[in-house]
Amino acid sequence: MKMKPLWALLAMLSLPASAENQLNLTKGVTEVSNRVYDLHMTIFYICCAIGVVVFGLMFISMIRHRKSKNPKPANFHENVKVEIAWTIIPLLILVGMAIPATTTLIAMEDTSEADVTIQVTGSQWKWHYKYFENDVEFFSRLATQQEQINNKFTKSENYLLEVDRPLVIPTDRKVRFLVTSDDVIHSWWVPDFAVKKDANPGFINETWTKVDEPGIYRGQCAELCGKDHGFMPVVVIAKEPAEYEKWITEIEAKQEAARQREQELLSMEMSKEELMDLGEKVYNSTCAACHQPNGQGVNGVFPALAGSGVAVDPEAKSKHIDIVVNGVSGTAMQAFGQQLSMQELAAVITYERNAWGNETGDLIQAADINKVMNQ
Amino acid sequence: MSTAVEATHHDAHHDHKPSGIGRWLFTTNHKDIGSMYLWFSFIMFLTGGAMAMVIRAELFQPGLQLIEPQFFNQMTTVHGLIMVFGAVMPAFTGLANWMIPMMIGAPDMALPRMNNWSFWILPFAFIILLGSLFMEGGGPAFGWTFYAPLSTTYSSDSTALFVFSVHIMGISSIMGAINVIVTIMNMRAPGMNYMKMPLFVWTWLITAFLLIAVMPVLAGAVTMVLTDKYFGTSFFDAAGGGDPVMFQHIFWFFGHPEVYIMILPSFGIISAIIPAFTRKRLFGYSSMVYATAAIALLSFLVWAHHMFTTGMPVFAELFFMYCTMLIAVPTGVKVFNWVATMWKGSMTFETPMLFALAFVILFTIGGFSGLMLAITPVDFQYHDTYFVVAHFHYVLVSGAIFSIMAAAYYWLPKWTGHMYDSTLAKTHFWASVISVNVLFFPMHFAGLAGMPRRIPDYATQFADVNQITSIGGFAFGLSQLIFLWVVIKCVKGGEKADAKPWEGAEGLEWTVPSPAPYHTFEKPPKVD
Repeated sequence: MKMKPLWALLAMLSLPASAENQLNLTKGVTEVSNRVYDLHMTIFYICCAIGVVVFGLMFISMIRHRKSKNPKPANFHENVKVEIAWTIIPLLILVGMAIPATTTLIAMEDTSEADVTIQVTGSQWKWHYKYFENDVEFFSRLATQQEQINNKFTKSENYLLEVDRPLVIPTDRKVRFLVTSDDVIHSWWVPDFAVKKDANPGFINETWTKVDEPGIYRGQCAELCGKDHGFMPVVVIAKEPAEYEKWITEIEAKQEAARQREQELLSMEMSKEELMDLGEKVYNSTCAACHQPNGQGVNGVFPALAGSGVAVDPEAKSKHIDIVVNGVSGTAMQAFGQQLSMQELAAVITYERNAWGNETGDLIQAADINKVMNQ
Repeated sequence: MSTAVEATHHDAHHDHKPSGIGRWLFTTNHKDIGSMYLWFSFIMFLTGGAMAMVIRAELFQPGLQLIEPQFFNQMTTVHGLIMVFGAVMPAFTGLANWMIPMMIGAPDMALPRMNNWSFWILPFAFIILLGSLFMEGGGPAFGWTFYAPLSTTYSSDSTALFVFSVHIMGISSIMGAINVIVTIMNMRAPGMNYMKMPLFVWTWLITAFLLIAVMPVLAGAVTMVLTDKYFGTSFFDAAGGGDPVMFQHIFWFFGHPEVYIMILPSFGIISAIIPAFTRKRLFGYSSMVYATAAIALLSFLVWAHHMFTTGMPVFAELFFMYCTMLIAVPTGVKVFNWVATMWKGSMTFETPMLFALAFVILFTIGGFSGLMLAITPVDFQYHDTYFVVAHFHYVLVSGAIFSIMAAAYYWLPKWTGHMYDSTLAKTHFWASVISVNVLFFPMHFAGLAGMPRRIPDYATQFADVNQITSIGGFAFGLSQLIFLWVVIKCVKGGEKADAKPWEGAEGLEWTVPSPAPYHTFEKPPKVD
């Protein structure tokens, strides 16, 4: 039985040396995160010191006061002075800990006078970022391929910690985050900023950061939020203020152009092949997590789309669009009207009505979506 | 403390008990009910443990290998529920049933029929909970803390069964607690005043008050989840004027006293075992009693330290941080008292003592990480990571469960009348104490490095730590089978145990023969 730690050591040695092994809390890249790190280390050392004293005395006692060495036990069983001492001294140590903890906490909770404000909205299982100063908003989803998760492809360097569209913030500016949720409770966490704030549906929490160094910072959702809780990372890119300005102006123009193009597309018809191609892509990145890639859903939790329900009912075409666009309240089905473009919505609904043997032959166009949206 | 030996002989003649299954179904005997509680809790310990093995197997390597994320969540949820409500709590109730009447010189528990009922509803609660895993949509998958709205709007239909099952567990616990209080208050032998009671009796008395105070709160929380999900109420839904964070306040108002419910009786056990094998009186008996009471009172003022990231006002964060840090004081007093008891004693290291010493060290390590977690600004980093998982497994596994093992090894000769195989028992100890650290210590590192809890797959940087953790987990799981072997062997036979098999043991339970007769103290003993 004493072989076990040996196995563990062997296992450790046999693992690839490439994996970087972080064993302690990160110092992070903000003033606050550095203070938090210092606080963590201080308390850790205090605990170690107390541990050395207490466990030291225990071990001395175990060695020197065993029956073979000390056959006659002593008789004492109380000592008021000692008992007062070991009540007061820990109390003083605690006061010593509480002072830096209090000042750090007060600094952390001061969200006033922010330069940039970003609304962070969690939903199953992605983040949405909306900039208040600019007309920019986007969703940020896990970018790791399903094949890597299923062990079919080798895992990339940032396995599970990479997203399609990272949040971009400026360095040296106070960035305020307004954190909320569309469905269950999530928690937005970037260890390098020492920022972790719960996203509560129906309420808005505030937090902030001021990043010192440009770079890419990765975190994860920290509150159990359902099936894919482990698959909703946070990635933040911090850019120099000038670069950030350049980026935000560009993305603002791009999003504006996309909105205009969408209006133009309303009058255009897409072919079935185009719709099915785009629809499959959208379905796999947006819908498959719940309804499954084969449309079978998960029994009792997420309804099947293949072979049953609105997706095959020829009468339910507009109901189908309505569900995808507006969601179903009181269930996990979200409203995708704001998350996807009309073209994407049209494509994914067409795909759902024709894939997996559904074969209704229905083609949905952007104009159909527009009609439902304007109802 | 001495007893009229005559009385115990008299008891032995009246040892007639019903035979067959009827004995166990209809029994009102505190020893039978105690045994049933202990066996039940061990079965649940293995069941919950099997789920932990599934979790550790999936986490052995990054990527999804064995189970789906939804099933993974069911495993973490049901593992937690079973270990808390099925393993640790019934084990303590079993020990209370067996030992409290014998320790205070009472013939039985005060409410024997209720005692029978409070045990026999438990298996049904857990059959319902385990059965829900086989429902369409699977069992509860929202964590043992069942935060709304994940447990309401977004949960599967097994939630109704989960709620019903928790209600039954709560009723069982409340009845058990009432029984303990009534027994201790009314049935102490003449001369056994409160400040003469063994600490196990004291800690259980305080635990029982905690149970009565908070189990109804849990019942309220699950009922609100039920009505939110099925009857259109909006306690936890902002759209109807509710608040999901209110759920957490209610849950943790139950949940924090609950964690002391799972550790206070341990303090009592350790305070019996360390003096016994040190051959020296417990240091600071009365300060132990006051410290236990202080911990119990403070436990009602610290619940929101589980919720620092939910967005509370700074004032509330400071209040809960200070109160939480304060708990370190009475807890420290206990640890210092144990060390002072050992000091200049005459120690031997039989299996119960080994587990008790491991308890003191490992529980204190769990206490240190608890103190670190109390510091709000740093808690923002630790919260919901493996650091928290490491913390509460140190206090619950190498804390509560080690103390239960210590208790079993301490009183097993009294229960069975046989000495157990001490080599095998020590093998169990060394296997457990090594593997439990290989299992839980690396979790601290995983958490500090940034690994969130309750995830079925993780970034590759956490691979090494998780592999070591899993190896420790399998080793710890297997080690517990040795315990089963020791107990079965001891029940079946072995060297005959004396009435008092441990040289330094004190208390009324050692004045009756081993095995303890079916009825003890029909005439109350005299306590000096």
